[in-house]
Amino acid sequence: MSVVEEQMQQPAAPAGPMIRTLVSVAMLSGLLMVLTFHFTKPYIDENQRRAIEAALFQVVPGAVTRRDFLVTEKGVVPATEKKQPGDTLFYAGYDDKGKLLGIAANARAQGYANLIHLLYGYDPVCQCIRGIKVLKLAETPGLGDKIITDPAFVANFEALDVTLAEDGKTLANEIVTVKHGSKQNQWEIDAISGATISSKAVGKALNESAKALLPMLVPNIEVIETRSEEQVTGETGNM
Amino acid sequence: MARKQNNTITWDTFSEGLWRENPVFAMLLGMCPVLAVTNSAINALAMGVATTFVLLASGLLISLLRRQIPKQVRIATYIVIIATFVTIVDYSIQAISLDLYNALGAFIQLIVVNCMILGRAEAYASKNRPLKAFVNALGMGAGFTFALLCLGVVREVLGAGKLFGFDLFGPQFEPWVVMVLPAGGFIVLGAWLLLFEWFKQRKAQSESDAVVEVR
Repeated sequence: MSVVEEQMQQPAAPAGPMIRTLVSVAMLSGLLMVLTFHFTKPYIDENQRRAIEAALFQVVPGAVTRRDFLVTEKGVVPATEKKQPGDTLFYAGYDDKGKLLGIAANARAQGYANLIHLLYGYDPVCQCIRGIKVLKLAETPGLGDKIITDPAFVANFEALDVTLAEDGKTLANEIVTVKHGSKQNQWEIDAISGATISSKAVGKALNESAKALLPMLVPNIEVIETRSEEQVTGETGNM
Repeated sequence: MARKQNNTITWDTFSEGLWRENPVFAMLLGMCPVLAVTNSAINALAMGVATTFVLLASGLLISLLRRQIPKQVRIATYIVIIATFVTIVDYSIQAISLDLYNALGAFIQLIVVNCMILGRAEAYASKNRPLKAFVNALGMGAGFTFALLCLGVVREVLGAGKLFGFDLFGPQFEPWVVMVLPAGGFIVLGAWLLLFEWFKQRKAQSESDAVVEVR
């Protein structure tokens, strides 16, 4: 046997130790991950609940408790069952007496850098958007993030009109973002000069979400109000 | 295999990661998080601590298992071990603060592919005793955190006028926005590298001068 052949045959290492090592390391790793998941889950859930509530209570001023609902094909149902694709999740905010103050829903649209994720508060009494909160943003600091910091832009959402049209199937007036300084109607958003793309993305996100959600929500608004009255006492115990 | 080991743990075991073999300033390893998450000091610190934890835990475990891991599957084993600890860090940061988690984004998960960690596992932890590997990983982690902080502090102060979230200059300060953008990461990293290289050269120069004088 030549030296070359000998060297070729040698690396055929036994598979046993390799399999044993990989399996045991993978099992150890699985065990550690499960333990971590188990121990951190309550804290993570609590953090997420707090983050959602902080955002909700910001866009629905005065709210102290919340309940989650889903818009499904069947209508508006409490979000106790699992969310199916195509369902829209929204949150209802109530004051301490269980009175419905408003709802909050997610909206998103492509901004300058990446998707802008928003939470907006809808007030069923004035049929308007009462506030927005940017949940996720990758826009240019100093320009695109003015949609959070610019007071004139934020003022657009003190009472942004989203009244439904006569037939109840769409908005009476679509939300549009207009050039800086040319806002005339309650359903228009005055853009930030220098951050037009980000401003337009906010308008687009709100328009698309409101157009889809509100025609389903408004006829069912009693569902949210009445359900809250019977269950709110039990709910507050958990909060 | 001839295994020539020096088992004594000296100050050098720890300090080489801090200075002479600093993963960022000397070895230029793991540049992705260095550039990406150092736009504020707190992000830099959190990233540094998270990476240090993974470095320590994986170094210790790999060193303990170093005689059991067959050579052919060592990289796969290292990656599984590293990924495990990254997942632990990922969940822990979510449990500590969601804001921090969102700020660090995908870069927590990407610690898995930080070549500095795999590099230390391959070059050090797999060849040294657990305690020594641990001390060395601690030094490397400290060096990495130090480097991230060097970038994070400069970028936050210049780019946002703040340090650890506290306003430094008052409302008149016009932030130098490019510093918190990716380009600023490259500029600040380049400036630091220049500074450290200048230090090193000056030191080498004075040492060679000393040698000449002795002759």
